[in-house]
Amino acid sequence: MSTVDLTPVEGVELAPEGRLVSLGRVRGMGVFLAVLAVTTLVAFGFGVPSGEHAIFLLSGPPALNVSPLTMSVRWVAVALAIGCAALAALLLLRRSARGSYLIFSLGVVLFLWAFLAWAARGAALNLLQMLVGTLVYATPLVYGSLSGIMCERSGVVNIAIEGQFLAGAFLGAMIGSASGNLWLGVLAGAVAGGLFGALLAFLALRYGADQIIVGVVIVAFCTGLTNFLTEQVLTPDQSTLNSPQTFSPLAIPLLSKIPILGPVLFDQNVFLYGAAILLVMVHVALFKTRWGLRVRAVGEHPRAAETVGIHVLSVRYRNVILGGVIAGIGGASFTIGSIGEFSAGMTAGLGYVALAAMIFGRWRPFGALGAAVLFGFALSLQSYLAVLNVGIPSPFLSMAPYVITIAVVSGLVGRVRPPAADGVPYSRD
Amino acid sequence: MSATSPAEAPERPAAPPPAGAPAWRRFVRFVTEANVAMVTLLAVVGGLFVGAILIVVTTPATLHAWGELGSHPGRTFSVTFQTLGNAYGALFVGSVISPSALGHAISSGQGWTGVFTPISETLVSATPLILAGTGVALGFSTGVFNIGGQGQLIAGALAATYVGFGVHAPIGIHLPLVILAGAAGGAVAGFIPGILKARTGAHEVIVTIMLNYIFLYLLEYLLTTQPLQKPNQSNSISRSISSTGQLPHLFGSGLRVNLGLIVALAVAAGASWFMRRSTLGFQFKVIGANPAAGRTAGMDARRATILVLMISGALVGMAGMSTLAGTDFFLSTGYGGNTGFNAITVALLGRNRPLGVVLGSLLFAALSTGGRYMQASTGVPIDLTSVIQAVIVFMVATPALVREIFRLREAGAGKILLFTKGWGG
Repeated sequence: MSTVDLTPVEGVELAPEGRLVSLGRVRGMGVFLAVLAVTTLVAFGFGVPSGEHAIFLLSGPPALNVSPLTMSVRWVAVALAIGCAALAALLLLRRSARGSYLIFSLGVVLFLWAFLAWAARGAALNLLQMLVGTLVYATPLVYGSLSGIMCERSGVVNIAIEGQFLAGAFLGAMIGSASGNLWLGVLAGAVAGGLFGALLAFLALRYGADQIIVGVVIVAFCTGLTNFLTEQVLTPDQSTLNSPQTFSPLAIPLLSKIPILGPVLFDQNVFLYGAAILLVMVHVALFKTRWGLRVRAVGEHPRAAETVGIHVLSVRYRNVILGGVIAGIGGASFTIGSIGEFSAGMTAGLGYVALAAMIFGRWRPFGALGAAVLFGFALSLQSYLAVLNVGIPSPFLSMAPYVITIAVVSGLVGRVRPPAADGVPYSRD
Repeated sequence: MSATSPAEAPERPAAPPPAGAPAWRRFVRFVTEANVAMVTLLAVVGGLFVGAILIVVTTPATLHAWGELGSHPGRTFSVTFQTLGNAYGALFVGSVISPSALGHAISSGQGWTGVFTPISETLVSATPLILAGTGVALGFSTGVFNIGGQGQLIAGALAATYVGFGVHAPIGIHLPLVILAGAAGGAVAGFIPGILKARTGAHEVIVTIMLNYIFLYLLEYLLTTQPLQKPNQSNSISRSISSTGQLPHLFGSGLRVNLGLIVALAVAAGASWFMRRSTLGFQFKVIGANPAAGRTAGMDARRATILVLMISGALVGMAGMSTLAGTDFFLSTGYGGNTGFNAITVALLGRNRPLGVVLGSLLFAALSTGGRYMQASTGVPIDLTSVIQAVIVFMVATPALVREIFRLREAGAGKILLFTKGWGG
């Protein structure tokens, strides 16, 4: 899977794809986990009276109820701290970097568990709804990062995801509301995103304009345009043009009856299922098919690809437009997926977070999924912690996803290796 | 899909007219080739054109008139031109000068302040754009893409506010301290992405965007805590800075144009000198153009990255200071609005040169000042001007497109001097 299946071309350095992890970084992660373990022990373990309990509710929105889990905060924290310390030791003693991210993530999950137990002390926290929230927030991020992957694997930087989100959210809401048919809304979102993908492709590929600049300006354009049209068109006619229904959850028979996981994963709206299907499709298409091999060849070494008869610019046009379509559908999920109304600037920078998820996920669909779930959890956590007594002012909770993004991009990812020709205009001569 | 690249197509420029050619021939030549001035001018025309289409298709009256194109073509066009004339007329009146106010002032000898108010307001909005745009342009020419304008602007304004109400000194000492505090706040905000990029390779585009949100929430938090929040106040607004820390008005109290404009112009001139004449500026440019060559010549690219982001941030921070100490005097949530992002478009419009940034800022400031008046007097939302601005930058960023649309001759100029790199850099 992680082997590079490009035939070596002279002058191309075939670095192993993805993340370049040094042992030093693994040690760093070990030290970080050790710090987390100590924090858990001191702050969450012995920082609370031994009698305090936390209740985790596991009742799903509509589906079956599981009896709530009651835990003694102190002893849960102690146990988790020991687990975290053991993982830290494991990292510090390792001789190879392989698999260390898995160990690290496990340690972070243990820490978060202890943190949640502490935050919910003397109160109840609905864990299940928090997990559902995680997925709801992660869904557009998955679409956004898949859009980025489609474009960048073919060698075009798509920093316009935020704009395509806005365009998709706007047109999805408007058409979905005016026609009363939500599927038409999805289609409209896809078209809107695709149009801006086409604009990016047209300016970047035909005229060799700087891709990052065109991307940033597309975001500015979409922001201005959707604000203008909201004010000028939607607001005067709010009830017909900006009041779409939203997709209701669709329970998958049998699977949705699984305790805990069932309602979280299999009783969701179509955008979540769509993201899952798309994720698998993009992964298989990119890494298992001839088409994907061509796309990656174009993204790594377009000259070589051209030599073997691949039309570089057509591949890029197709991928950038497809990427726009995907981001547009993701945008539609903001309005007809959950909120049921378009409001100016409602995507709040999540298009850029999706870009960070793509980078964190090393330009691979499942890597991006992991990152999207992490960011989704941070966003969901923030809305739940606001009601618990954690003593953190709410602006700092709102900051959390962005701080985590920076930490992830600078601390965990380190130097990543993007597709070699990413962002480089191609001309045949 | 035929994907030839006209940007690269070799096209031999026709021989320039001889030096002794009549002026009209040289003029015709000038307006038919894709030089910087023509590309920018036509980009503005293109922006206004797209804006006009948007107005027509979103105004019920014009839409109705176009429905009657077959039966009453004259009415269609008169309604269209009237609607557009009202909107764009308001854009001009609100940002430059009102002919009727001018006529009234000349005939009665009174109301001159009102005549100069629009232009003064345009200069007031141009001030932060000049500062922030110059900052972003400096980053561009070193290959650093600073999208963190919003965050750095808030950081600068925050620092200037603390110094503005916390320090008590005569204006000769206090005001320079406020200005420096703005620069220092922005520099700190620029240092974060700088050190992260130099040390860990984190791409500044992502880090600066994330910092925008972080500073936005930090401001929101600080505005609810002492000593920043205005005492005995439940609203999230800050204390006002004392009068000794405010930028004095240039032409009396009636017009808001203030010393900040002079500071901004001086900074732009300084930046121009810095990039063209100083050793450090030269190093920045070399590293931007070709990092490998810079390293070979013994330049420290990491240090340059940190420094350029700090300088860039300092200028953007001064932009935050200029609105705070010039016109607003206190902070509120979401301070600075879109100025940080508009700084990017202004830097592109000015092709990364300080003089270009000044001119671009004046244009964009006129559009947004006029836009406010347009919204108030004709009801066309001010967001139209951001669309116009975006279209202008699209066209300026792709001169080949402008050349093709308007059938201009190749002139070789008009390429934006900047060096952005992919994610790995």
